[in-house]
Amino acid sequence: MDGFTNFLKSLALWELIKGMGVTGGHFFSRKITVQYPDEKTPMSNRFRGLHALRRYPNGEERCIACKLCEAVCPALAITIEAEERADGTRRTTRYEIDLFKCIYCGFCEESCPVDSIVETREFEYSFENRGENIMTKQMLLAVGDKHEAQIAADRQQDARFR
Amino acid sequence: MDFERIIFYIFAAILVFAAGRVITVRNPVHAALHLVLAFFTCAGLWLLLEAEFLAIALVLVYVGAVMVLFLFVVMMLDINTSPLREGFVKYLPIGSTVAVLIFAEMFLVVGSKHFGREVVAIPARHAADYSNVRELGSVLYTDYVYPFEIAAVILLVAIIAAIALTMRKRPETKYQDPAQQVLVKPADRVRLVRMKTEQKQ
Amino acid sequence: MTDTVLRKSYKTHWLIILLVTAVFGTGAILLGVQYWAEIKSIAILYALIKIILIVAPLMGAVAYLTFAERKIIGYMQVRIGPNRVGPRGWLQPIADALKLLMKEIIVPTNANRFLFLIAPMMSIAPALAAWAVLPFTDTLVLANIDASLLYILALTSIGVYGVIIAGWASNSKYAFLGSMRSAAQIVSYEIAMGFALVGVLIAGGSLNLVEIVQAQQGSFLHWFWLPLLPLFLVYFISGVAETNRAPFDVSEGESEIVAGFHVEYSGMAFAVFFLAEYANMILIAALASLMFLGGWLSPFEGTWIESWFAWVPGIFWLFAKMSLMLLFFLWFRATFPRYRYDQIMRLGWKVFIPITIVWLVLESAAVVLKIGPWFD
Repeated sequence: MDGFTNFLKSLALWELIKGMGVTGGHFFSRKITVQYPDEKTPMSNRFRGLHALRRYPNGEERCIACKLCEAVCPALAITIEAEERADGTRRTTRYEIDLFKCIYCGFCEESCPVDSIVETREFEYSFENRGENIMTKQMLLAVGDKHEAQIAADRQQDARFR
Repeated sequence: MDFERIIFYIFAAILVFAAGRVITVRNPVHAALHLVLAFFTCAGLWLLLEAEFLAIALVLVYVGAVMVLFLFVVMMLDINTSPLREGFVKYLPIGSTVAVLIFAEMFLVVGSKHFGREVVAIPARHAADYSNVRELGSVLYTDYVYPFEIAAVILLVAIIAAIALTMRKRPETKYQDPAQQVLVKPADRVRLVRMKTEQKQ
Repeated sequence: MTDTVLRKSYKTHWLIILLVTAVFGTGAILLGVQYWAEIKSIAILYALIKIILIVAPLMGAVAYLTFAERKIIGYMQVRIGPNRVGPRGWLQPIADALKLLMKEIIVPTNANRFLFLIAPMMSIAPALAAWAVLPFTDTLVLANIDASLLYILALTSIGVYGVIIAGWASNSKYAFLGSMRSAAQIVSYEIAMGFALVGVLIAGGSLNLVEIVQAQQGSFLHWFWLPLLPLFLVYFISGVAETNRAPFDVSEGESEIVAGFHVEYSGMAFAVFFLAEYANMILIAALASLMFLGGWLSPFEGTWIESWFAWVPGIFWLFAKMSLMLLFFLWFRATFPRYRYDQIMRLGWKVFIPITIVWLVLESAAVVLKIGPWFD
């Protein structure tokens, strides 16, 4: 008897009609598409986008060239060269991140003892020529200066979990 | 020359060319494609003879089905043509004898003595409402109904014989039966069990 | 480094293109109207104009069918679909066509150049030629030939050559596998399709499409879909298989053989395959509406609201039925996963052909015994 009902069901395309009912029902459901770039989804304060180097409020750069980020970077994307500055402090002469190598894991930010290297919410960037993928120290500092308010607010929000 | 005759000569030229290429071209796939072209132009010629049913049936059966299978096989075989040409001189006498014989036989049967103007009258042109399909059907199912049915049965026998000759049950081959597979329902494969949440020891 | 997404407005470009087309179009139409009598007297020119009047809207329909497909499947997948080019995405198919026109046609090394380039033509020519005998109303038909159904069957059966030759001439394994699958599939399903059509021939008593539609006159229930329901289903599903559409699209199964027979094609050569596929879809939809859904007959015929819809031209009903059938094509694609190859073969040979044969016998008995209301 079960075999016979199965036979009838398959002849009547029962399962297929049920499937079409599902897709047909979704035809009228509310669409969940977010129309980027006109609309954007809310972003976490822990979002890991483009890197930035931060400064202290007095304008002094935070980085002390401890090279912890260079050591921890799993993709070997960070290159640092350091020298003693005229005032006797240890500073970087070269701080470069290859964005093609970077996997945006955020380890550099975790390892930084002075909260200098951070990852910002910036993700809409592109390169048009070779070599533009290398972020130099000046570029990183510029990104940091541009987004300092946002970066500070995000770090503040996350502070009690650290 | 009227329009119809021009079309006839164009089609005839293409037909002769294609038929010639079928046996002269080196690549078997090209030969099969030329055969398709020959069938197609032949159908065009039959249309000129007001035999539209036969013409369309030719396209449908030979071009649409038989030649597709032909091409199918020829494309997969990847025949090396050079060994096929080796015995050309050796087989030339017997081949030419057969060709001459066939030509002589055809000349005896379908020569102008039997189908010439004085023996068979020129067929009359039919009006626009003449239905070739209906005429053919009525002849086929009244006067020639027994030959037609016998031919059908012979074809059926050929089909069954071909299947019976090629079908071998080999016990060691493993294969899936899609009919069984599509019958499977979720309940046959997955058993959902309700159980209490386990406590931590 | 550019730090925002580039967006430009192409509105002025579109306006210019639209303006140029409008100027040339109206010019051509005005010329045609002025010399109408002369044009009509030259038979070939007149036929040519009629052909253009069928093919040009068909191409437009194909373009917007692709748009409808992307939109409808998008909606079924809870997405919006293309909506960027033009208002609500309505210029998307035109943008696609322009893109494909401008791309380079790459002929692979060691490919058979002649066959490679002729394959798309072999694919589209039958798809367009079949429209010659398709009636839109009782009188609106380019060539009302006697065996029009047979003609269409013959032409759709040679569409497979485009696929086979494309696969072979590409000199690529994937393309070849795709074309082999497609050829076997099309040849198998043609038999079931032919049997389904035989049922229509028995019921309609003619090979002529106009007469077949006229035989369905009466009411919604007199159309052949009801007495020939199994044949209708078999015909439509075989039609989906014949056009290599999902769920029978093994010839281009992208998960296994990249894109199947047209993997090596690019630019306009690819676009022609695309056009042929969609033109075939529309053709199958039109044939299903003509043979099973009463063609241009009003669905309200014989009911009390018939007079309300008396002003609707018959061609509108035909297009409405075709659109419904095309919706099913898209709906299938959004719903069903691809069939496995051996299941396709089983379905064609072991399910459809027996069903059609059984129903043909039953139907012949009904015709001989004059069982009403369809066969009396």
